[in-house]
Amino acid sequence: MGGGARRALSRPAWVLCLSLLALAPAVASAQQTLTVAAFPAIDEVVRAAIPAWQRLHPNVRIKVVSRQFADHHTAMTTALSTSANLPDVMQLEVGYVGRFARGGGLEDLSRAPYDIGRQASRFVPYALAQATSRTGAVVAVPTDIGPGTLLYRADLLAKAGVGEAEINRSWDDYIASGLKIKAATGAYTLAHARDIKDIVIRIGVQPGEGLYFDDESRVLVTSPRFVRAFELARQVRQNKLDAKVSAWSNEWAEGFKRGTIATQMSGAWMAAHLSNWIAPDTKGLWRAAQLPGGAYAAFGGSFFAIPRGASAANKPLAWQFIQLITLDRERQLAAFKTQDAFPALLETFDDPFFELPIAFLGGEKARLIWRDAARRITAVGVHKHDAFAEEVIDTELDKVLDRGKDIATALADAQRLLEKRAHR
Amino acid sequence: MKTPPALRLSPESTPYVLLSPFLILFAVFGVFPLAFSLYLAFQTWEPTSGFGAMQFVGLDNYAFALQDEWFWKSLKNTAWLALASGVPQHLVAIPLAYFIHSSFKRLRNGVVGAYFMPYITSTVAIAILFSSLFSTDYGLINVGLNVLSQVPLLGALLPADPVDWLNDPDRIKPAIAVLVFWRFVGFNVVLYLAALQTIPKDLYEAATMDGAGRLQQFFYITLPGLKPMIFFGVTLSIIGGLQLFEEPFILTGGRGGSDQSGMTTAIYLYRMAFDFNDFGAASAMSWLLFILVAVLTWLTNRAFRPRGPGA
Repeated sequence: MGGGARRALSRPAWVLCLSLLALAPAVASAQQTLTVAAFPAIDEVVRAAIPAWQRLHPNVRIKVVSRQFADHHTAMTTALSTSANLPDVMQLEVGYVGRFARGGGLEDLSRAPYDIGRQASRFVPYALAQATSRTGAVVAVPTDIGPGTLLYRADLLAKAGVGEAEINRSWDDYIASGLKIKAATGAYTLAHARDIKDIVIRIGVQPGEGLYFDDESRVLVTSPRFVRAFELARQVRQNKLDAKVSAWSNEWAEGFKRGTIATQMSGAWMAAHLSNWIAPDTKGLWRAAQLPGGAYAAFGGSFFAIPRGASAANKPLAWQFIQLITLDRERQLAAFKTQDAFPALLETFDDPFFELPIAFLGGEKARLIWRDAARRITAVGVHKHDAFAEEVIDTELDKVLDRGKDIATALADAQRLLEKRAHR
Repeated sequence: MKTPPALRLSPESTPYVLLSPFLILFAVFGVFPLAFSLYLAFQTWEPTSGFGAMQFVGLDNYAFALQDEWFWKSLKNTAWLALASGVPQHLVAIPLAYFIHSSFKRLRNGVVGAYFMPYITSTVAIAILFSSLFSTDYGLINVGLNVLSQVPLLGALLPADPVDWLNDPDRIKPAIAVLVFWRFVGFNVVLYLAALQTIPKDLYEAATMDGAGRLQQFFYITLPGLKPMIFFGVTLSIIGGLQLFEEPFILTGGRGGSDQSGMTTAIYLYRMAFDFNDFGAASAMSWLLFILVAVLTWLTNRAFRPRGPGA
């Protein structure tokens, strides 16, 4: 007996197997536990929903797996590609919804038993469209949105004698105001000339078109909206109106702290970032307005999805949980009030909270502006090469701004690069 | 206490059991990713659809990579950075090691330690530190340049406006090269110091007796004696230079800089996979990069190969 065991052990393969077994994590039985993977600050929204959930399902525990933004999406990509460690409910940022919609890894919520179509009219229209694939599959439910807004320093504008209506009347007025602000205060108008391009390419997107590609993967980057966007960005750079700093860099944050950047076009959530950590000392100096030139654009937003490979037994519960977060007026408003997560659920829009003044914005009732924008934003189709296309356009814009490349040539080069990639 | 015979390891299996922790970790974190990336390089794959979505495409990914102008652009950037940061490392490290070797006695370890510090410090921490040093409006480097520009005569040679190190496509490469040079010069100094200690002292004594000066000793004794270590050091610089990733990645905010001027091949293939979702092409590019590293290493080996008396 002892000799037999010894003989078996003497085989290296066995030894490796045994050691592997010892290393393998113990597989816990998932007994009525619903796993929700989320990133800040929505992980807090999920945690805040637990008491309400417990009232409905006292026996189902919610386990929140929280990771930082980039880590979260890397982990979700890995989980989907390997079908391992999948959560029952997955939060996704809008940029990843389009990408993940291409794969078959997420449940199509337009079908039974989910039938999200029946609830469609309850959401801000563009948000649900963002999660709808070309074939009509809905892979995620919107929970919060980022209506685009122009934040500006009222004190710097006043010093330059720029009226508050002047700055966002048109793009030309925006640049003219910038020149006055620069002359009077020395402050840059915006962080990077790229920011203006990012918005102007969104103006006038036709139905059936995405930003860079249309429904048939035809490349759209030589269209007038790109020409206009590049021209405006070049005008900004030639007049030295941009600080040449990229969003989220240290210099960018420093620019807001020191008041050397007078405006920022971003999602409504930006006001909370400025107030919470970027430049709390500038409280009362900022105001919000609609984007210049009648533009309405979405910046960010997050969604909840159910991975197809998740435990089948938990899927009905996962769907109920998603409904609790996204379709419950109380939960949506609580997320708005505590985490500045602008609700995607239309029935919250009549809440008096929208009319409260925001101290950081000098008592302005800015949520009314954002609510108006949210209703006007139209959906833009997504394409699997959008991230690549953005990089191509950014690089060609760099060449125009930093190396004096001709705009028509730059856009033609971008077109050529993207056509090579479009059907890959 | 006696171990029951059933649990006792046989002499034949003992080495495997003792080796297994390494072998398992190596298999999981070394062999498997290598094999998987080789496999991926011949597939097209939408990763979020799971493993089942892979499709064999033969050499398509390689053909795509070789026709991709950004791949070539990234190779050019990488070559520029490898040369601009690699060559000075050795040109400075060899004389510096010689100087430390011959001039420092008691302070030697402290001096070497100071030069070695950047190498053992976290790359990310260093890159973040340098990005604030290079900052256009708030960085110490521009503050220093500004102070120097007040000096008469010298001031005329320096730029009047703050230099935009990290956003100007022509400045970002030198900025990255400076950081990489600073980080690895100490490592090379340590390599060369070790090699210097193996050169027999009597060679120098004999040379002194024959009337050779310090410079002659350096060129006829030290340099030939260092040759094997130069080969080793240059090989490491080639491999490290071609795989350059963290320093430019952090300095350019993960994008590669304006006009992708700081986008090395490693950054490009990372973005290809994780930003642009094309794992197949990214894997193909990484194998092309590997082939390039292997060829260059082989060429270096040829260049440094000891030649027979006739050659």
